Amino acid sequence: MSRVTKFAGRDPGPLARMSGFIAHLRDNGLRLGVRETELALEALTHVPAAEPELARAALKCVCAGTKDEAQQFDALFDAFWMDKGRVRQKITPKIQPKTQQDVHSSRDGDGADTAGGAGQTTAPAGGDGEADMDGEGKLVATEMRNLARRDLRDLVRPEDIAQAEEVARRLGAALRDRRSRRRIAARRGDRLHFRKTIRRSLATGGEPLTLFRKKRPDRDRKLVALCDVSGSMSVYAQVFLAFLSGLMRCDPTSDAYIFHTRLVRITDALRDKDPIRAVGRMSLMADGFGGGSKIGASLGQFADTYARRFVDGRSVVLILSDGYDTSAPAEVAAALAKLRKRGCRIIWLNPLKGWKDYQPIAAGMAAALTHLDLFQAANTLNDLAALESELARL
Amino acid sequence: MTMTDLQTALAEQNYVASDDLAVALQLALSLGRPLLLEGAAGVGKTEVARTLAASQNTKLIRLQCYEGLDAAQAIYEWNYQRQLLAIRAASESGETGAAVEARIFSREYLLERPLLQAITQDAPPVLLIDEIDRADEEFEAFLLEMLAEFQITVPELGTIEATSKPIVILTSNGTRDLSDALRRRCLFAYLDYPDHQTELAILMARCAEIEERLASQIISFVQTLRKEDLEKTPGIAETLDFAAALMGLGVADLTDDPAVLHNTLATLLKTQNDRAQITTEVSQRIAGKAA
Repeated sequence: MSRVTKFAGRDPGPLARMSGFIAHLRDNGLRLGVRETELALEALTHVPAAEPELARAALKCVCAGTKDEAQQFDALFDAFWMDKGRVRQKITPKIQPKTQQDVHSSRDGDGADTAGGAGQTTAPAGGDGEADMDGEGKLVATEMRNLARRDLRDLVRPEDIAQAEEVARRLGAALRDRRSRRRIAARRGDRLHFRKTIRRSLATGGEPLTLFRKKRPDRDRKLVALCDVSGSMSVYAQVFLAFLSGLMRCDPTSDAYIFHTRLVRITDALRDKDPIRAVGRMSLMADGFGGGSKIGASLGQFADTYARRFVDGRSVVLILSDGYDTSAPAEVAAALAKLRKRGCRIIWLNPLKGWKDYQPIAAGMAAALTHLDLFQAANTLNDLAALESELARL
Repeated sequence: MTMTDLQTALAEQNYVASDDLAVALQLALSLGRPLLLEGAAGVGKTEVARTLAASQNTKLIRLQCYEGLDAAQAIYEWNYQRQLLAIRAASESGETGAAVEARIFSREYLLERPLLQAITQDAPPVLLIDEIDRADEEFEAFLLEMLAEFQITVPELGTIEATSKPIVILTSNGTRDLSDALRRRCLFAYLDYPDHQTELAILMARCAEIEERLASQIISFVQTLRKEDLEKTPGIAETLDFAAALMGLGVADLTDDPAVLHNTLATLLKTQNDRAQITTEVSQRIAGKAA
């Protein structure tokens, strides 16, 4: 077969080729471990591996895990194995340490911004994070954003945080998930706990004297908040950021992000014991605050990365934004649809909705509407507090 | 068993499997890994398991997932009514407590649900876990554990080891993302709507008595219909229904009678909006192209 890639003479053999291929897939975003490499090799022993199409099918069902990956796989397979007879010189690529944004470690302070795989230019607060920069192009863009830096501490006052904490706590309580599957023993349950009743009845000679009951327990929902801090939102940012810090302080399972042209995870910063220092750390991360916004891109990035780890069927995603977006409206819709598929509820709080005669005609907002569970106005803490009854109904 | 053998075995059961699917199935059998099938509704995911079981001459054990599926429905439950009766009977005959307890917590009083059934068969069955995306995440986590260990612990009885490792097939419609952990443990195959050739082969296999010209027309019609902007795209099952309906009405050519064609569309279009969108004119246009 002339189309098949040839390998250099000093190539160490099929084992290395396979690990080279897995590394190639990994570089292209497939999440594969050592076990998959072993499995892939084993799989090839079960098919006539000399036939490229069968080998492709075998490797595909081992390596791909989703529809998208399965579609991507064909091109990746061709690029590695079917390189029109070219000689591949180096089969195992040099391993470059990469910060993976969807893997969260409790030790480093920079669970935050590594958007788009670009170098980090701001050292994360309180951290030993090294500022590794690769590619000058990225740097220029960052300088532009730096011009718009503003200190959020001017915006968020300690008494606001205390109040917001109370509001956030009440909202969290309203968002109980009543869909728990397994019943647990409970004094006032809706069903008989047969197992327990029978067990205990043995003590009374098989006579079930005491009836035990069980019920579905309430489960907490995880609240994930994404706050838009672009220019058009700066008037409302005070309320929302206070709300975010309040939320972080009262609910250890919640998660917070801010976005403008990029997405930044601020959960760790906001968990700082000192509320004011927390806001300070947040503003270090939020440079670009008050600039333009790319809602679609930011939400898309969230859905692809953090959401895979932090958002599940028990999550409620709270988006605080006015919907004025510079990216294409279809992007917002696609991102929300993807997020939606994780099984979460999506609530969009739009400060503009409070205006008289407001219509969600901003293209991004209009596209988003179909994917939302709740679309509400909110621009003061009291508004947020008033949401309690709405959320309880979700 | 090679992949071609498997393909032939499935074809004998009137199932036309693509090469990708056949390789995936063969690997699932030879590597002993669960196979996760994804794809739109009606592309034959469930049918794969049924056919595989028939071709391997083993039992098919099916667990249909739904929201709220719990251990009592998926694994085992004690037969409480029988236990109560046994306790009553024992007290009449004056049996001692310990003996009664030993008796009522024995396998005899255990209701085996699909997962427990699947690991206690003599010959490895095909275990079909249908629409896993409908079950909740806790169940997914439990399933992972079972798929790794192949043993189930009943507190009153002890651990039940698998006597046979089932061939596990999971299907998902993609209504929610499955956890990475589950995906990593499974082989994966994505089933798409078949191309013209394959679908024709399926139709010919399923309705042997259909005329080739009509069959080809039906497939072209359905394939074109799938390209329309529909709420619910018709799957293979719908195509077969459509063919059966046309044959039942004695239609020999799609363009013969617009009214009949439009009425039989009930087998393909399942929502009000889709019905409204595909008017008699549209269906005639598509049928004209297909003919």
